[in-house]
Amino acid sequence: MNPTVPLGNTPSRPEKATEVSGLTSLFAKPWVRAFMALIVILLIGMIFNANGTFFRWSAHRDMLRQTSVFGILATAMTLVVITGGIDLGVGSIVAAVAVIYSTFLMALPVPFSAASTILFCLAVGAVFGVWNGFLIGKFKFQAFIATLAMMTFARGFAKYISGGRKVMNAIFFPDGTFKYNPVFPEITDWLNSRILGNNIAIVTIIMLCCMFIGWVVLSRLVWGRYIYSIGGNEEAARLSGVPILATKMLTYGLSGFFCAVAGICQAAQEYQGDPEAGTGYELTAIGMVVIGGTSLAGGRGSIGLTLIGVLTMGYLVKILSLNAVAESTRLMVTGAIIVIAVLFQSSRRK
Amino acid sequence: MAEILVKLTGVGMTFSGVSVLRGVDFDLRAGEVHVLAGENGAGKSTLIKIISGVYTGFEGTLEIFGKNQSFSSPIEANHAGISVIHQEMSLIPGMDVVDNIFLGREIRRFPWRFSRNQEVARTRELLARLNLADLDLHQPVEEFPMTIRQRIEIAKALAYQARIFIMDEPTSAIPESEVELLFNIIRDLKSQGFGIIYITHKMEEIYRIADRITVLRNGDMVDTASASELPERELVKKMVGRELSSRFPPRRQTIRKDVRLEVKNFSIANPDIDGMFLVDNVSFDVHAGEILGLAGLQGSGNSELLNGLFGAFGSRARGQMLVDGVNYLGPNPSKSIRRGVSLLTNDRKASGIVPEASVRGNISLASLRRFSSYYWINHRREDEAAQRQEKSLSIRLHSLAQPIITLSGGNQQKTLLGRWLETAPKVLLLDEPTRGVDVGAKFEIYDLMNRLTADGMAILLITSELPELLAMADRIIVLHRGLITAEMRHDEATQEKIVHAAMGA
Repeated sequence: MNPTVPLGNTPSRPEKATEVSGLTSLFAKPWVRAFMALIVILLIGMIFNANGTFFRWSAHRDMLRQTSVFGILATAMTLVVITGGIDLGVGSIVAAVAVIYSTFLMALPVPFSAASTILFCLAVGAVFGVWNGFLIGKFKFQAFIATLAMMTFARGFAKYISGGRKVMNAIFFPDGTFKYNPVFPEITDWLNSRILGNNIAIVTIIMLCCMFIGWVVLSRLVWGRYIYSIGGNEEAARLSGVPILATKMLTYGLSGFFCAVAGICQAAQEYQGDPEAGTGYELTAIGMVVIGGTSLAGGRGSIGLTLIGVLTMGYLVKILSLNAVAESTRLMVTGAIIVIAVLFQSSRRK
Repeated sequence: MAEILVKLTGVGMTFSGVSVLRGVDFDLRAGEVHVLAGENGAGKSTLIKIISGVYTGFEGTLEIFGKNQSFSSPIEANHAGISVIHQEMSLIPGMDVVDNIFLGREIRRFPWRFSRNQEVARTRELLARLNLADLDLHQPVEEFPMTIRQRIEIAKALAYQARIFIMDEPTSAIPESEVELLFNIIRDLKSQGFGIIYITHKMEEIYRIADRITVLRNGDMVDTASASELPERELVKKMVGRELSSRFPPRRQTIRKDVRLEVKNFSIANPDIDGMFLVDNVSFDVHAGEILGLAGLQGSGNSELLNGLFGAFGSRARGQMLVDGVNYLGPNPSKSIRRGVSLLTNDRKASGIVPEASVRGNISLASLRRFSSYYWINHRREDEAAQRQEKSLSIRLHSLAQPIITLSGGNQQKTLLGRWLETAPKVLLLDEPTRGVDVGAKFEIYDLMNRLTADGMAILLITSELPELLAMADRIIVLHRGLITAEMRHDEATQEKIVHAAMGA
């Protein structure tokens, strides 16, 4: 996934005359900077390799699986952030969808089949997102406010559906074995499986699919151009005939859709829909987007950058847990890394 | 002779090598209204910014109350007794009257505690002098009409013990009926020994209020005279009396018979003041191949007129607009673009470029749907279009992929022109197309206008540079406060006539 984006940030400046020297211009490219942060993290992992665990494939495989839900949310966040907005509701939508999914799978109401359960969950996420976009585009809500309200509402919605309890979607037996939900066990089974010789988790594949969709939207569709132009200069975009309201509704809608995808993955991985799930996920997702180098001011960034940001953050968390670093230290280190990574990214701007 | 409050000697100002003000001598006496007159860009704003401490590092000397001063900030000027009543008010909208007046210099009983009662009493006293004795002091100032807010601002200045008032177009924001009230306050201040520097673009105001007039032109001081010794005709001549040079390509006659654009009874409601109009019942038509110039000072409504015709004001614009005989009023920009009306806005940075986007992306933005099928962008066709515009407008760049912000002002402007030409407009609305553009690029833009009209396009042109208007426009209409005050053919237009009409004279 190449972070080359026709509008918005333009990592490649093909004209040789502008280049002072090859190296300087190389380091001016945002994706090179993002990549360097990733390499630094990898080097740290090699030094603190936890008795060689870091050199085993399983460490990387697990990292990818554990990061996938966040990666999907970071994809959603990237789209929204490039419009100049932010989506604080992603974590709560994950919880709401996870709860709905689990509830329906354990005891389907009559009109629902298993497949329509999934469609319904995705639709719920999309509707939540579209509503955000509507408030922001139509009534000029600040994105922070509109999505903060959604964050609160969706969390409440998750608790309402579940009655405040965790909803299992697998049945556990006293001897420690379990079987998947009675209605449609195949889907949970599939979501938790791996392909390519048990190496790549399906959730990772789903994350990559979401990223691919995001990349197509941003760099191949007219819609993506509109996203970049709104983030870059909304008034200029409006006067150029860009449909601001529709673009925002669609973009936040897609963000909500991705959140729903993440919610289903989360529920499948945890065998339950937890109304408290996803707390703080929005901040992790924002962190990933920012570490990748997408500007919160909007108008530039790309999915490719976010992929690098997701890997950087994912490896950081993995390395810290491999070395059994206490949670307190983990949080402090993560905070510090975000600051360093962003300093790194912003030094290229005047 | 009255006390001299402000005295400038040999004042000049240079911005990054460009001299904007040279050798200005100016003085303000106690008890007078001294009007600064001149066209946009003559240096009036620079001069008041020097006096009020906004600009530092000017040449020459500035004396306040006979003492040599060089302010390092507006606050210092403020403490020295200078107060600027701004065009954009400097009040904080959500704060009440008392807090606004004493903001930053609250009356304190102890360092950590201010005395609200004393502030209220003092506020009452000040407002009484401005005929506002009954004002509710605890309302946020945003709830008062402009006129009242302006007087609160004057009260604030009085609270600062200001003796020198600088008023920059104070009547542009208030309705005609309130102007006399303001003038009464000004006369009152005058009689109490205050000095007032007054800037206005309205001829009739100058003679209603001025004691003396200083005329600036292109950064030079032309003259200072008492108002009674400087008749209007003479004043206008001094303001515009600059030579025309051949900075323009010859304008060829390209006007065709058919009417391209017909505007009937077009109005735009003022969003801030009920019942007032930014553009008031305007009607005119433009032929194919014609350049119609719109003249008028800031606030005359000509810029709003173009934006309104383009649909940028939505339903606030009323009236009829026919493009090639088809009745149509743009309800939004996207519809207007499809109907063949395009607008180059006057603020490239705020409403023109998407700064981080590539030159290519900036060119294609308004016509993206033409380079896409089923919402997928056809990058090859987009690139061809961008190259076509790059060639025909000779945009100087390294690569179409470079962000537009890295181009010079002139090339940014040409890129934006490329954006609008790519929409294949029938009517092109140009609002200050040469603002912030170097001389060479200006010539190219004039040349382009000639070529486009030769192909039958109709152009509406706004420019604050009168020579440009006289050189390029086939016909000129002049607006004043939203009304058309004059219409003249190219061959009968003169700077004097335009300035007269623009000031509503």
